Amino acid sequence: MTAATALGEPGWQRLDPRMLAVTPLRQVAGFLPVIAVVLLTGIGQDIAGRVYSVLGGVLVVLLAGLLRWVTTRYRITGERVELRTGLVFRSTRSVARDRIRSVDVTAGLVHRLFQLSVVKVGTGERTDGRESRELTLDAISAAEADRVRQRLLDPRDTEPPDRCTVPAGTELAALRWSWLRFAPLTVSSLVALVAVAGVVGQLISDVGANAVDVGGVREKLTSAPLWVGIAAFAALVLVIAPAGSLLIFIEAWWGFTLVREPGGTLRIRRGLFTTRSVSLEERRLRGVEVIEPPLLRVGRGARTVAVATGLGGRRGHGRGTLLPPAPHPEAHRVAGVVLEEDPSPTATTLRRHPLVALRRRLVRATVPVLAGSATLWLTPVPAWVAWAALGLLPAAVLLALDAYRNLGHALTSKYLVTRHGAGVRGTVALQRAGVIGWTVSQSFFQRRAGLVTVTATTAAGHGGYSVIDVATAEGLALAEQAVPGLREPFVRHDVSGAGHTLGSMA
Amino acid sequence: MVSYPGGDVREPSRLRPPRHRVSPRAIIWWSTQATIEVVAVLVPLVIGLLAWPDARPWLVPGTITVAVIGVGYLLVMPRWRFRVHRWETTDDAVYTSAGWINQQWRVAPMSRIQTVDTERGPLQQLFGLATVTVTTASAAGALRLAGLDRGVADDLVEQLTETTQATAGDAT
Repeated sequence: MTAATALGEPGWQRLDPRMLAVTPLRQVAGFLPVIAVVLLTGIGQDIAGRVYSVLGGVLVVLLAGLLRWVTTRYRITGERVELRTGLVFRSTRSVARDRIRSVDVTAGLVHRLFQLSVVKVGTGERTDGRESRELTLDAISAAEADRVRQRLLDPRDTEPPDRCTVPAGTELAALRWSWLRFAPLTVSSLVALVAVAGVVGQLISDVGANAVDVGGVREKLTSAPLWVGIAAFAALVLVIAPAGSLLIFIEAWWGFTLVREPGGTLRIRRGLFTTRSVSLEERRLRGVEVIEPPLLRVGRGARTVAVATGLGGRRGHGRGTLLPPAPHPEAHRVAGVVLEEDPSPTATTLRRHPLVALRRRLVRATVPVLAGSATLWLTPVPAWVAWAALGLLPAAVLLALDAYRNLGHALTSKYLVTRHGAGVRGTVALQRAGVIGWTVSQSFFQRRAGLVTVTATTAAGHGGYSVIDVATAEGLALAEQAVPGLREPFVRHDVSGAGHTLGSMA
Repeated sequence: MVSYPGGDVREPSRLRPPRHRVSPRAIIWWSTQATIEVVAVLVPLVIGLLAWPDARPWLVPGTITVAVIGVGYLLVMPRWRFRVHRWETTDDAVYTSAGWINQQWRVAPMSRIQTVDTERGPLQQLFGLATVTVTTASAAGALRLAGLDRGVADDLVEQLTETTQATAGDAT
């Protein structure tokens, strides 16, 4: 295979020639509505003019695709990955090999028809350097993509790819179809609803509202009692949301596997129509988070997400997902195997926070409700509205209780574990070695309650993970011990009541 | 008594304040800033007062309130801020504290420092001050030492740069 041998050389390579077909196909597909409109309604008056304008458009798309293919080259050397594009505005993007933090391979439907894959090389830099963005090879053959991926992720790489044996990984997790039961409990139900609403709205506006009014439907609709409308809407929601979420779940998670590859990478593969492969270097891993959104919690489910550097911050949200919504024990098991800890630190028994923290949560939840209700009494709305607002009180109290129950932290020999959240509960296990600093904050009310919030800053994930509303002494002790030698000089210890300062006064 | 694995523990009671204050000239700098801000808010109000006599019944008390709050702010803020903004470097960490009502203490170990930036606005230059920003690889924010004496800032930057260059690794 010529591509394979060329990869080993410092020579430049083209993208796969099949892109000549794929790029135009995808673009034409995107323009189908426009084409249909032009053909049906027409810009020109006669039918020939319409056909010509469409053909002209297609020709332009074909030429653009050809131009892109001709002008795009990439090269992988021992030190860098480089991509050159453009004819008039030439651009060269180059990524140092040792900066590469992730290599993702995706293939949409059209790409898969032609056995092509898109490779995204991520550096995860947060700074605005020239090399900050990803480098995308769109597209090369699926086989080539796999070789490129393996080569870029293998720290010992150097060998020409033909000497690379296909490494056998250890499967850490795989999809079980019983997990489908969690699909309706995820946000994707909502997404499905919005999608359907969008399509229906589009249809109505496209076809014209009058077309819907066949046989005086509108007349009947408007004259029907309110509850009929509400019931119909509820039924629609109850059908569409679960069905849609099932479809979305199946498309996203079909064939999901989480594999540990010999080179020290975790590889997640999934997808029915669009296949996705995300590779995460284990040396970039700083911990794991188990997330339980409210609905999933009702179904005793959870997701597992990697806390790793170089995932691209918030923009890369979702790239670190290690497990689809799955049963709670499975989420912790996967967290454990990923961190190579048994039992998983995320499942550690956590230390409760002081009861004052509960008071703070109750105050925070109920005061706005009470204040809102009081304001409503003063305004000229009907009294029942104000009473209804007061009806939110039990929900607020429950939320506060839940938020308090979720508070907790622990320190294991290698991990700092913290959990919090009202509704959405997140349990993070962060490597103590991955903590790169501390922030201790104390608000006026926290000071009065004798609490602090201790945040471990880290290069991974959200950048900082907090132990919220912990007793002051306990919080400081935690920070002091989680990373020994770090905070010590800054904490004042009281030994038998006498003030006494430890550490250097450099 | 709290104990975690791997620690011999006495009860820590609180964080001690960092050792150094910022330059006393920072008070003048902050006062100037505050004055500019207060004036920037008051000028449109006064213009309004002169331009629309009809609005005076409510604009006069409004302006007076803003003026009182503004003057209070520019009298209190700089001194208070001077009291609470403190910093310190030890052999292995940079330590800062700030905040009046909500207090915050930040620690960044030397080995994790990625960049050290100095910044001098026109006002700071006027008063011989500088702001030093110490960043780590975390997205959760940098340590900012505002209103340092210029010479102190230069020495600090030099010291931090030296120390951080001496430590290996990519600080993540």
